[in-house]
Amino acid sequence: MTLSSPDEYQKNTIMNEQIITVQNLVKKFGSFTANDNLTFDVYRGEIFGFLGANGAGKTTALRILCGLSAPTSGEVKVAGFDIYRETEKIKKNIGYMSQKFSLYEDLTIAENIQLYAGIYGISSKKRKAKMAELLKNLELESAKNKLIAGLPLGWKQKLAFSVAIFHEPKIVFLDEPTGGVDPITRRRFWDLIYEAASNGITVFVTTHYMDEAEYCDRVSIMDAGKIEALDTPAKLKEKYNAKNMDEVFIQIAR
Amino acid sequence: MKQLKSFIKKEFFHILRDPRTMLILFGIPITQLLIFGTVIKNEISDVHIAIYDQSKDETTMQITNKLLSSGYFILNQNLESTDGIEAIFKKGKVKQVIVFENDFGQKLIREGNASVQLIADATDPNLARLVTSYTTGIVNDYIKKMHPNLQMPLKTEPEVRMYFNEEMKSAYQFVPGTMALILMLISALMTSISITREKEMGTMEILLVSPLKPVQIIIGKVLPYLILSIINGFIIVSIGHFVFGVPVTGSFVLLMLETILFILMGGIFTPVESMPSWAQIANHINPIYYLMRMLRMIILKGSGFFDLLEEFIALSGLGILFLSLAIWKYRKTT
Repeated sequence: MTLSSPDEYQKNTIMNEQIITVQNLVKKFGSFTANDNLTFDVYRGEIFGFLGANGAGKTTALRILCGLSAPTSGEVKVAGFDIYRETEKIKKNIGYMSQKFSLYEDLTIAENIQLYAGIYGISSKKRKAKMAELLKNLELESAKNKLIAGLPLGWKQKLAFSVAIFHEPKIVFLDEPTGGVDPITRRRFWDLIYEAASNGITVFVTTHYMDEAEYCDRVSIMDAGKIEALDTPAKLKEKYNAKNMDEVFIQIAR
Repeated sequence: MKQLKSFIKKEFFHILRDPRTMLILFGIPITQLLIFGTVIKNEISDVHIAIYDQSKDETTMQITNKLLSSGYFILNQNLESTDGIEAIFKKGKVKQVIVFENDFGQKLIREGNASVQLIADATDPNLARLVTSYTTGIVNDYIKKMHPNLQMPLKTEPEVRMYFNEEMKSAYQFVPGTMALILMLISALMTSISITREKEMGTMEILLVSPLKPVQIIIGKVLPYLILSIINGFIIVSIGHFVFGVPVTGSFVLLMLETILFILMGGIFTPVESMPSWAQIANHINPIYYLMRMLRMIILKGSGFFDLLEEFIALSGLGILFLSLAIWKYRKTT
């Protein structure tokens, strides 16, 4: 399924089911406070945008949610599991893709998929079926045995995303997934995000592209380690009396 | 198990697809071994000699035969006078001229004393010394066997026997040496590079976010190189054996087990910082510790000389210490 515009995307966010809860999250690096008392919830099935200028602390927060970094203090639950005690359970339920697209350059497309399927313990029968579907969706069937290194950046990103949700996680974390590509390629990437969301996967995405912010169900805007605003793009625009998210962002981050 | 299997498979893809890695793993050890084997030599073979036999009796003929059948010498030419000796040496091919005096055999039997003159080209003193001592040995050995009652031409000849390496073959020294060097190179360098590469490429985070346990990641990184090290060890021992004739007297399995131990315990996978404190202190007299640090700093961090000053001083200090100990020990034994 490929969607031609975000408007076709059927919202199936369940507003009363929290999949991520964050309370008073603090992360300090020495005397520098990267995350200053963050409190927010993410609901199941929504596309949650995490915005902020470089160095605002968004990647730090995302890394804590993924278990890559430990918080200094605060309570965090991801997919219903405690981040301090149940990291192993969290890991099985999340997918992750970083700005450095997360595939092995010297492996082929098929080998990358086999690796991830193996790491997440997916049976080979299921893997074969899902891989065929994935390659068909991305129109990469003929490139199956090509090395990742030879693919265009846009393809790599789409493939990396598809691999990140290959094990059907509850949440997928995307850390500036579309860096370095043109708006049209970004748009195509977002089609995949909508598809994942309509299949019930919660999407947590950091970005500094404001056109992408418009595509999110809700966005939080961070500045200097604090969340300065958190709402739907429509309500934020209304509140700040702005034409688009760009203006909202400029007013908040100055 | 399935997780680990997929991970190890991927590691093999990385290794087998990178020509540089393959070159370091297999090209270097084999080339090094062959170069060491053919260039560095403490034994002689096929050295060209010339013989000026004034006596031409049965005894000198037999001695000549013995010399030439030993495998150490090849007869370049027979001389008819002493005039050409210098000219022959200048050509460079002939390294030794053997001169038997008149009536060598007769004198030997009658007077119990006959002289053979050895003239060697000492432009390579080491080779000259080896050539003359091999010749002396063969001549004395022959005379002793043929005429047991005679006193030797050389009054006192110490009988030297080199245990474990009877022929003083240098291959016995450099085959194990190369093995240690190569295994250090592979286990230390290649595994740390492969881990650093994951960090650089950003794929390490994917592994950390995944349900892979740290122990699986470590095993997944170590095992492929361990397997390759064993293959490498096998190749080195085989070349040593079949090309240079180094025997493996002990158990091959034990050899490999010790090798594995070295790879696992060399401080390569266990950072020094996580060793118990006594081991950390002990590690400071281990030159490999400093070598590893310097290798890592230069290769991975691009450190300059002054960043490495501490390691440099420590390693030089250890070098001087061990060298002095060696000299002191040497003096005591001679």
